[in-house]
Amino acid sequence: MSPTNITSIIPVLACLASLLAVLPIVLLRSKPNFREGATFVAGFLKFGLVLSMLPTILDGTTISYTLWEIVPNLTIGFRVDGLGMLFALVASSLWIVTSLYSIGYMRGLKEHSQTRFYSFFAVSLSATIGVAFAANLFTLYLFYEMLSLATYPLVTHHQDKEARTGGRTYLTHLLTTSIGFVLPALIFVFVKTGSSMEFAGSGFLKGYIGETEALILLLLFTFGFAKSGLMPFHSWLPGAMVAPTPVSALLHAVAVVKVGVFCILRVYSGVFGLEFLKELDLGTIITWIAAFTIIVSSLIALSQDNLKRRLAFSTIGQLSYIILGMALLTPMGATGSMMHIAMHAFGKITLFFCAGAIFEATGKKKISQMVGIGKRMPITMIAFFIGSLSIVGIPLAGGFWSKFYLLYGTVQEGQYAMLAVLLTSSLLNAAYFFPIVFKAFFCKPEESQFEAKVEEAHPAAVAALSLTALVTVVFFFYPEPFYSLAEAAASQFISF
Amino acid sequence: MIEQSPALILIPPFLVAILVALVGFRYQKVCFPLTVLSLAGSVVACVVTLMRVIEGGTIRYFIAGWAPPFGIEFRIDGLNALVAVTVSSVGLLAAIYSKNRVPAENPDKVSQYYTLFLLLITGLLGMVITGDAFNLYVMLEVAALTSYALIAMGPKRATLAAYKYVIMGTIGASFYLLGVGYLYIKTGSLNMFDIHEVLKANDLFGSPAVLVAFIMITVGVWIKMAFFPLHAWLPNSYAYAPTTSSAILGPLVTKVMIYVMIRLTLTVFGVEYTFIQLEWSNIVVWMSVLAILAGSISALAQTDLRKMLAFLIIAEVGYMVGGVWLADETGMIGAIYHIIADAFMTLCVFLFAGILFAKTGKRDLSAMDGQFKKMPLTLVGFLVGAFSLIGIPPTAGFFSKWYLIQGGINSGHYEYVIALLISSLINAVLFFRMIEIAYFGVKPAEGHDHNHSSDHDSGRSEASASMLIPLLITAAILLLIGIFNKDLVAIITDFVSPFNIASGAR
Repeated sequence: MSPTNITSIIPVLACLASLLAVLPIVLLRSKPNFREGATFVAGFLKFGLVLSMLPTILDGTTISYTLWEIVPNLTIGFRVDGLGMLFALVASSLWIVTSLYSIGYMRGLKEHSQTRFYSFFAVSLSATIGVAFAANLFTLYLFYEMLSLATYPLVTHHQDKEARTGGRTYLTHLLTTSIGFVLPALIFVFVKTGSSMEFAGSGFLKGYIGETEALILLLLFTFGFAKSGLMPFHSWLPGAMVAPTPVSALLHAVAVVKVGVFCILRVYSGVFGLEFLKELDLGTIITWIAAFTIIVSSLIALSQDNLKRRLAFSTIGQLSYIILGMALLTPMGATGSMMHIAMHAFGKITLFFCAGAIFEATGKKKISQMVGIGKRMPITMIAFFIGSLSIVGIPLAGGFWSKFYLLYGTVQEGQYAMLAVLLTSSLLNAAYFFPIVFKAFFCKPEESQFEAKVEEAHPAAVAALSLTALVTVVFFFYPEPFYSLAEAAASQFISF
Repeated sequence: MIEQSPALILIPPFLVAILVALVGFRYQKVCFPLTVLSLAGSVVACVVTLMRVIEGGTIRYFIAGWAPPFGIEFRIDGLNALVAVTVSSVGLLAAIYSKNRVPAENPDKVSQYYTLFLLLITGLLGMVITGDAFNLYVMLEVAALTSYALIAMGPKRATLAAYKYVIMGTIGASFYLLGVGYLYIKTGSLNMFDIHEVLKANDLFGSPAVLVAFIMITVGVWIKMAFFPLHAWLPNSYAYAPTTSSAILGPLVTKVMIYVMIRLTLTVFGVEYTFIQLEWSNIVVWMSVLAILAGSISALAQTDLRKMLAFLIIAEVGYMVGGVWLADETGMIGAIYHIIADAFMTLCVFLFAGILFAKTGKRDLSAMDGQFKKMPLTLVGFLVGAFSLIGIPPTAGFFSKWYLIQGGINSGHYEYVIALLISSLINAVLFFRMIEIAYFGVKPAEGHDHNHSSDHDSGRSEASASMLIPLLITAAILLLIGIFNKDLVAIITDFVSPFNIASGAR
């Protein structure tokens, strides 16, 4: 069955919906309730537009739209396929939840410059969806850069010394790698192929470049998309934790970092083609790079006392799962890899929401200060427990499925070393999450640092984190539509 | 009227220059409107000429009806029509900016200033549209002499800088003139196209005299464009000149000299001779790599804003010289596109530097302190220019890098590609350092105190309209020529492709 294609402007509208929302957000700056209303309208509009394309994509059809030709032979174009759809669904749905959470968090803490905050948030979302729906490498790069810049004011929102350092690390890492690695690689591909660099299901590089060139390009792209947090270009992520928690939650557990891995997956599958990588046997190198990041970051996470930093290092490790899965170059590995984009997103955002809720309600940032907090904030800590179950990959949480397919992928290919890496990492994940939960609920009364009185964070924040925790559980019983999307995309990339 | 459009490019600024000199003495107020009007006229003439070139191809215009090789010819094709539009519009924008600044910085010399200003534009436009090698020299001297004076009008240190520039500029111009002399001896002609015909017809390319001419002309032009290591005159001249002077000289003088270099290599000496017979290509590309790195690294060391920008110009000159000497069609297209893009982005940042100086009276980067709150619109204009210099899409600077890097990869000059990337990264550091100061203040507050929310909206004061409007127009132009670069490149490609610059001929 050859995939059919239809032309429609909906992907463009889905991308623009949040960008256009900036105007009402700025105009309504003196009326916070209306301003947040604008964010929600745009959020539901965006999600609706993305959702409206889902049935078509599930049918195996792709939707594309070409805006205009910007450089001879190169267009700004949009194309929606399984992988892009999966990512867009995650990002656009979580934007709505995060907006709900932001209201609780930002108002609870009486943060300054909230209009700027919501405006750049909306711009960032447009860039994210732009990456998801980009039809070619050039468009992908445009939106990738746009995201780096649009998130800078969010990361440095507090405008103090710490924010300045964090922001500096953030931009230097992201711009150095994107300008220094991705841009030359991109132009090299363009020069060598002379083509429009449209992503194809089975890649388009084959036949244009030799083995050495392929290796260099692959490394340039893999490390160049530093948003994926691959070591040694990962240190922007913990640095960026100075941002307000809603930013950390959506951008640094979902949108920004996932854009990084998404770009890498796109390049592997759409530019090189998994079959071509297999032919050259380049997957192994990538799996080892990813494996290194997984183990080292999990070990570092163990030693972090600041909750958000521990989550950040956990994220770095989990992102490399996704890269590792794709680099296994097997259908199951690819399926698991793509599913993990969604499953990790919902699990990790729950954890970040919880960390933020704790900070907002008690002012505590350190894990050592959270002994006995389960009595004070039971809903939050139960959500935290569910989120960590999902990250570790234990049943009754959605994360089980993506881990299952990833492990299946390693066995399928006989890569037992990688199997061992994944299992070790799961143990480490459990080791850095479960003690927090355990100590929160089960501690001696004299150890507890909190009174037994229940006092949760702002209701909007609690609603948001309960919702994502609930969804995480639902995904265990019903991992749709992500499973179908991932499987359909995987079958396009590599033959079963 | 339409037939006369090439002459009409020069006539308004030239005649008004005389008028301003005569009348402006007594009626200082008329200087500014007259200048703006005449430059607007020139812009219109340039655009009309460009349209005619796009429709009907090269325009040959004989001054006073004398046919070449005896008379002077204006010969306008896709390349110089585009450059002429750029020069005249940059002139117009800088002129609008000058409204308050000239009376503030040189209260006793307003009419003189505008006279020189207009003559400078006349000289630059003349260099661009002329088809005569000697006439180019005359125009070059007109532009050079006026720019010495325009720089010397600045505060104290400007005088010394201008003196240095006089010496270097004169040497450069003399070299050029000597080279033209050699060519005249060999060919008996001063018309550029005629010279090429004669050289080709008599197979004079092997002649040592022609080689000497080529070396003389090239070195002369390199001095005038501040190609590293012949750049020493530039930084102080642009840093200490009156702000309007640096806003007009910074974007235009070096760029017009790049144009002259392209014109001489393509039209007078020809691709065959320059790139294949001489085998200089590799050396010059390496020199441009040095220029790019030296310019960028020196810029890092500056605390004076305009001096930093001046060093960036030196790096940008390296971009373009390298792009031309890659001996690759895409590289050449990139270099020509970059002439236009760089003129506007340099204008953008120099206008901003002028505004900042006017507002704070400070020359160094601490002037940026808290400016995001005080003048957000002005900062937006600056951001576009800065992003363009860094090369962030969709600004013009990104696309010029795109073509230049493509040319570098095509021709296998990876050292040039790497230099461009390093320079982009250095630019990122330079400008984000400024953005940081503007956003966080010189000394950011410790910890999470949110007291800065209280002074929100207080003390907001944008630059005055006459300074802000040209800045925002320039920013808009940068975005437009970035987004619609394809149409611009189509014109450039039409010009470049007949020369058959062999892809990868080294």
